[in-house]
Amino acid sequence: MSAQPGRRLRRLEPAAIGGVMSREVANFRTYWKGTTFSSILEPIVYLLAFGLGLSATLVDEVGGVPYVQFVGTGMVATAVIFSSALPAMFGTFVKHRFQNTYDAILAAPVDVEELVSAEMLWIGLRASVYGCVPLLVTIGFGLDPAWGMLLVPIFCLFTALGFAGFGIAMAAIVAKIDQFNYVTALFVTPLFLVSGAFFPIDELPQGFQILAQLNPLHQLVELVRGGAFGYEAVDLLRVAGLVAFAFVMWRIAINRMEARLID
Amino acid sequence: MAAIELRGAVKRFGPITAVDGLDLEVPEGICLGLLGPNGAGKSTTMRLLTGQAIADSGKLRVLGHELPGDSKAARAEMGVVPQLDNLDVDVTVEDNLAVYARLYRVPDVGAAVDKALDLARLRGRRRDAVDKLSGGMRRRLLLARGLVHEPKLILLDEPTVGLDPQIRTELWTLIDNLRTRGTTILMSTHYIEEAERLADEVAVMDKGKIIARATPAELIAAHAGTHTAEIYGPPERLTEVRAIAEGQGLPVRPAGPAIAIVGSERAADGAVPEDAVIRAASLEDVFVLLTGAEAE
Repeated sequence: MSAQPGRRLRRLEPAAIGGVMSREVANFRTYWKGTTFSSILEPIVYLLAFGLGLSATLVDEVGGVPYVQFVGTGMVATAVIFSSALPAMFGTFVKHRFQNTYDAILAAPVDVEELVSAEMLWIGLRASVYGCVPLLVTIGFGLDPAWGMLLVPIFCLFTALGFAGFGIAMAAIVAKIDQFNYVTALFVTPLFLVSGAFFPIDELPQGFQILAQLNPLHQLVELVRGGAFGYEAVDLLRVAGLVAFAFVMWRIAINRMEARLID
Repeated sequence: MAAIELRGAVKRFGPITAVDGLDLEVPEGICLGLLGPNGAGKSTTMRLLTGQAIADSGKLRVLGHELPGDSKAARAEMGVVPQLDNLDVDVTVEDNLAVYARLYRVPDVGAAVDKALDLARLRGRRRDAVDKLSGGMRRRLLLARGLVHEPKLILLDEPTVGLDPQIRTELWTLIDNLRTRGTTILMSTHYIEEAERLADEVAVMDKGKIIARATPAELIAAHAGTHTAEIYGPPERLTEVRAIAEGQGLPVRPAGPAIAIVGSERAADGAVPEDAVIRAASLEDVFVLLTGAEAE
């Protein structure tokens, strides 16, 4: 038997990535009903509350857009971060430290780079589907469908890839699962509150407005509203920003997981 | 060519040297038992072989592939059965196998899954979730998962640790079948009986090194002689007996509540009391003498 020197140079093999994703799919088949149910019910409850509560009493519209449609389009970002960053954090932590799943996968011909890429891709695809649910629900609440909305899953995908990478990196960094409380309080909650999903950013002090430009969720919110109410030239920059965010988080996640998984 | 070749492998974790200049060669087609107390470096050695730990120095080759550079190619041709059950518990038996068949790039996933189901004797349970299986079934599935791509080399890391005797015997039969088929096996264990029953050769590992290696019979002959005398009694008496035996240069080891004079056939008059229980020397005697650890 002879060694195959060509093999070691191959990185990111589709077979390895597909294999890891097939494991996620097999698991997803056992719990998809609950996840899907809550992802549909949540925006309905929010939109009913905001629509019946807030818009009837406090805000009627924002920049000419009925408040329900403003929030509904903004909630795409909420759905994306909650179906990417959180599953990535908790899922990775549990699989690595409680279930020893990654030990078994890495004993097969799969590298950390392939493992992390597959996990990110799976979470990204799933979140890009769940991200569209609030938009569909908002259409049910009276938002006019527009062709531009067809690009929304792509915007969701890049945002979700970035936050999946973020979540995986955090899972590699924290020592105990309770420390996710810090991650949620310091990053996840502020990012989603100051994304422009619930109130327009341009009412905030200028410092916050500049910070908001660095928030990928804000860029996603603007892009989704672009899809619903018309794009602007600057939206191309926003897409580029999300792609860069996904790429940087991908590399950070791989780097942190290699440090965690390989002694 | 040897299936595994380690030369001077060293692996440190901070101030701890887990593997300390390890030389280990496993020829093709044998079952080598890596026997050592907890903390001897057995698990780290296994992780070095799968590329999940990178050696600080030394030369490592697995199935002709240089590690860590060619580790992926080596992993493609070997199977690993972990110490801890890491099956996907909510997923069906057949999906657990299918995922690993894909990870190992098996061309016909369906056929490989069927074969593995037969091996684990779980054909009738293929559509059941893993958490519905008994402990023994889960262990058989774990073994079958590591064999789904019919590897040339299999690493068994403490394959029966913490299992009840019936499940252990069941697994031994499966492992023995593999050995008969000519699969090369490296099995780490701290159970003497496991090594004795399954291993063609035993390498005793302690403090990150191999300190003895031969067939079980050769190890016993070389380090323990033919007979061992076990003496029971109050501590004062045992201390006395020990002193006499050691005075004659005979090794004495603790054996639970008793002490054992190893190589008692060489004892001069009076060293072995009348009421001593004489039995054939065992691998356990060798293990305890060499590592100083109480055997399980």
